[in-house]
Amino acid sequence: MRPSPPETLVARIREVLPDLAAPTVVRDEVTIEVAESRWLAVAQTLRDEEGLNFEQLVDLTAVDYLGYGQVQWTTHEATSVGFSRAVLVAPPDPALQEGDRPRFKVVVHLLSVRGNRRLRVKIVPAVREGLLILPSSVTLWPSADWYEREVFDLFGIVFEGHPDLRRILTDYGFVGHPFRKDFPLSGHVEVRYDPGQKRVIQEPVSIEPRVLVPRVVRPIAERPDGSPADA
Amino acid sequence: MPELQNFTMNFGPQHPAAHGVLRLVVEVDGEVIRKADPHIGLLHRGTEKLAESKPFNQSIGYMDRLDYVSMMCNEHAYVLAIERLLGITAPPRAQYIRVLFDELTRITNHLLWLGSHALDIGAMSVFLYCFREREDIMDMYEAVSGARMHATYYRPGGVHRDLPDTMPRYEPSRFRSRRELKRLNAAREGSLLDFIAAFADRFPSCVDEYEELLTDNRIWKQRTVGIGVVDPETALAYGFTGPMLRGSGVAWDLRKTQPYEVYADLDFEIPVGRHGDCYDRYLVRMAEMRQSVRLVRQCVDWLRAHPGPVHLDDYKIVPPPRAVMKHDMEALIHHFKLFSEGYSVPEGETYAAVEHPKGEFGIYLVSDGANKPYRLRIRAPGFAHLAALDMMVCGHMIADLVAVIGTQDIVFGEIDR
Repeated sequence: MRPSPPETLVARIREVLPDLAAPTVVRDEVTIEVAESRWLAVAQTLRDEEGLNFEQLVDLTAVDYLGYGQVQWTTHEATSVGFSRAVLVAPPDPALQEGDRPRFKVVVHLLSVRGNRRLRVKIVPAVREGLLILPSSVTLWPSADWYEREVFDLFGIVFEGHPDLRRILTDYGFVGHPFRKDFPLSGHVEVRYDPGQKRVIQEPVSIEPRVLVPRVVRPIAERPDGSPADA
Repeated sequence: MPELQNFTMNFGPQHPAAHGVLRLVVEVDGEVIRKADPHIGLLHRGTEKLAESKPFNQSIGYMDRLDYVSMMCNEHAYVLAIERLLGITAPPRAQYIRVLFDELTRITNHLLWLGSHALDIGAMSVFLYCFREREDIMDMYEAVSGARMHATYYRPGGVHRDLPDTMPRYEPSRFRSRRELKRLNAAREGSLLDFIAAFADRFPSCVDEYEELLTDNRIWKQRTVGIGVVDPETALAYGFTGPMLRGSGVAWDLRKTQPYEVYADLDFEIPVGRHGDCYDRYLVRMAEMRQSVRLVRQCVDWLRAHPGPVHLDDYKIVPPPRAVMKHDMEALIHHFKLFSEGYSVPEGETYAAVEHPKGEFGIYLVSDGANKPYRLRIRAPGFAHLAALDMMVCGHMIADLVAVIGTQDIVFGEIDR
């Protein structure tokens, strides 16, 4: 048994949801982008429509595109001035949305067991009153419950209509959303036991953030057999 | 008589039946559970964020520590995702080695699950039996990678090294008689493949032993039959995968339905349950162990007949052999670049899923063309299962809660990530 070919899925999506942007197919993986306002209606169609039948929400997560493609180290002047240490490049106060290039995307992976196909859906959450907002899909797929709590916890995206939107992975009373790209890897606070006060206290973190291996983008050279790397 | 109110009880995070650091806030009405609210995150290490800060290969070791009882299967998903983005495939021998160790890992996982599940429900001896066989698989891990648990053996483009020709043996010591030593080393005279073959011959009778202890055991049945029943539609809606889904009667196994590596060429069956209760899930996992042995045998036979390379010969991704580095400048430079900077992965995104012993373990990898992942997302099967705990235990007794936690095969390394 093999997964159903992506072409049939693409054709069916264009038939059922004609006003959606054309699905992209890369490496047999089908991706569609849906506007935030239409997400629930599209989700309902994806789940119930014959030929789609995505009865399972396998995964729901988010990606923060702040600093996408930026490098931490340039080497073109290395011969004259020597190597420098890599630097962290995070803007001091990043906006939730930069112009029309959205910073956050919620990525949903759907699976149809009956039709043996997968689909990736990307939704850009709306920015209202300084909050990132997306309607919750818990009513359609109960498995979205914890995934949405996790995305809320780690990325600070609010799911409207979620029955119980609490933090899930971080500590009780945690401040901030750690998986955003402007959140330092070593965090903001550290905890220790204070013998004077006889309790555990929180202090600003004492670790200096540093880069061990700088982030570099390199085009991959041709393979020994002559085939291009991105084939 | 005054009106009785529901009682809220705390369970864990340090409790022998909690399988790690599970904290449950349970609302009970007498002894009947009305609501169970798992509090997770006590083992959250931010693996996904950590992986964003280091080259691709340095995160393989983190994958072992996700679900720390089925180490190599975690690595497999991660390595597959990188390979897809790079557009490479491992040589056939490496693929067979990976399948062989995936199946051995499935057996270790199910052995630990069976032992602790039975222990939770009150059958002590099964635990001892299971750990006896699990020890042999740990030895195979050690022989192939040098580590008993956190192997870091799979690499993009293949596996770290070929299977060893000799199996490590027990040394003579004054605590062991000569006869005992001879018994322990009996299967270790040949290569690792001989040791695995001997294990595969012996293991089905071990499964018979476990089944003898449990399958028709009256107490075992009283504790598991009809407990935590999930119908197929609910199981799908709640994101169940793996034995949890198959126990409910849905024949869905990624090894068959979306085959990766060489599973399409191998002969095995998917066991499926009927009632969706704890007992059926137990039967499914027991049958899976037998199927895994079948797969292990086929892999051993193939590997014996087909020597060959176990990783690609592309020095941009796989380090050159030490001997070549001694006389080849280019190889030395490749080695230096690979271990200081790593390799850059072309821009793109992919979702690679494997049939992990617990269900669908997926890696969603986004690369912006750099030498580190831009975003790494780990889809852990246990996370979805634990999210459904409330649905599964509602209306059951407190004692059944332990049976349901056991049947879900919870490991916090992967849930909290």
